[in-house]
Amino acid sequence: MGYLQGFFPIVSKQKIAEGIFDVVVACPEMAQLAKAGQFVHIRCPGVTLRRPISICQADKLWGNLRLVFEVKGEGTKNLAALNVGDNVDIMGPLGNGFDLSGHCQHALLVGGGIGVPPLVEVATSLGKRATAVIGFRDQSRVILEKDFRNQGCDVRVCTDDGSYGKKGFVTQEVRALLAQGGIDIIYACGPMVMLKALTEIAKEFGIRCQVSLEERMGCGVGACLVCACKTRDKQGQENYSHVCKNGPVFEAEEVVFGG
Amino acid sequence: MADLSVNIAGVRFKNPVITASGCFGFGREYEDLYPLSKLGGVSLKGTTYEKRLGNPPPRIAETPSGLLNSVGLQNPGVESFIENDLPYLKEQDTVLIANAAGSTVEDYCRLVERLSDTEVDMIELNISCPNVKEGGVAFGVSCEGAAGMVKAVRPYCKKPLMVKLSPNVTDIASIAKAVESEGADAVSLINTLLGMRIDIQTRRPILKNNVGGMSGPAVFPIALRMVWQVANAVSIPVVGMGGIAKWEDAVEMMMAGASAVQIGAAMFWDPWSPIHVVEGLDAYLEEKQIKRVSDIVGTVEPW
Repeated sequence: MGYLQGFFPIVSKQKIAEGIFDVVVACPEMAQLAKAGQFVHIRCPGVTLRRPISICQADKLWGNLRLVFEVKGEGTKNLAALNVGDNVDIMGPLGNGFDLSGHCQHALLVGGGIGVPPLVEVATSLGKRATAVIGFRDQSRVILEKDFRNQGCDVRVCTDDGSYGKKGFVTQEVRALLAQGGIDIIYACGPMVMLKALTEIAKEFGIRCQVSLEERMGCGVGACLVCACKTRDKQGQENYSHVCKNGPVFEAEEVVFGG
Repeated sequence: MADLSVNIAGVRFKNPVITASGCFGFGREYEDLYPLSKLGGVSLKGTTYEKRLGNPPPRIAETPSGLLNSVGLQNPGVESFIENDLPYLKEQDTVLIANAAGSTVEDYCRLVERLSDTEVDMIELNISCPNVKEGGVAFGVSCEGAAGMVKAVRPYCKKPLMVKLSPNVTDIASIAKAVESEGADAVSLINTLLGMRIDIQTRRPILKNNVGGMSGPAVFPIALRMVWQVANAVSIPVVGMGGIAKWEDAVEMMMAGASAVQIGAAMFWDPWSPIHVVEGLDAYLEEKQIKRVSDIVGTVEPW
């Protein structure tokens, strides 16, 4: 484990698309500990439960955590209303991130909508050895394209309506890229339907795939067991794992989608 | 510094603050923040004889000042607890309360018998979980059911036995009296209140189990009232819980008649809450020049 809890100041805040905010918080110790794919659990004003938000970037040099989140309800709305200088109650870094330990030839980073942010930190590690395939509903929702480019990644943007980049879902682009070969791992975060489809494609091509999941969460540290997701172990035994402690990143082949 | 220690059914707690079952796992999850030795005790995750998977997600829904859960007693089973969690816990210098649950009377008996052979300090009989289809709360909502269960497990129980009561009843004091008469050494209350939320976009309940147990500050006044009623009805110790988030809540609960308190839901937004409650209690006693925390138990002066 190894997490902290404390109050940390917002050092910058930007609205980067309708309802999507890019907030940087100064918390050097957490930035030092953070790994790609982990999350922080934030106490938002006016609501009871903390909100889990994935870490978009951990700047170890400057001691900052960058969080990109979407306003989905009252908690995130109130969080977005905080300003530079305000302190935020944060627990983290939490969960198991993406496994970047082994050497890979070339990775695919596949993100859908607000699932895109945690992949930026993966791109920070992999740079040119990654291609990002990021999908959005339409042009107005496209975020973080430049951030992947700045890390040296090849970036393919898809939109559902074709208003920007390629028309269609990320899965079509992923299939085309895998068919070209040279890719040995997929890191993905996004809607469950997208992750499920990717899991099947990865299996078809025999490529390792890691997916980051989301579920309504309580404690954030594995004590309350509410954020359950069904998984299957190597013996085929099904169990409920927990997104906060066992995840949020899982090996795709372990996940029982719709469980 | 005031004497914060309390004695419940022969078990000494260094302070009256216990983390509530289901909100503290088997203790390891919060060791990064503070040592468990700062707590009076820990009531461990509800454990059954066999492993249980629990209910499908979503298992949590937020409410104003509270939450609903429908975990459904997910746990690895008593043997896994004894092998994997107990060795760690017994090194932590805090009172260990095993929370025992099951589906049938036989389930409870063999579980209590097994736990009696271990180094847990106390057994909290959970006859009040609202999230399981069989057993659980079914035993806790009638005097006959509750008394029958305590009578059945008592011969197998070699540890102090605390019975955790359900608030989803008409007269909780009569149930407390029924379990006392069958040999319960203490009672703890309240478990969660049955509740529901609906997503108006999908017309579906937010919880996959449709309904779930409500906890958090919203239920505190109900819990306080029930603790007061029960404390006036029985002569065994009462452990109070339900929505305690601040030290002031703990003082109220103890004045209502609780010998100790448990803190559950508050962990979710403030994992330090049990520690803050201990510190706040100490400062309050100091200020009021009260020597022992046990001196405030049941001291409310009703109108």
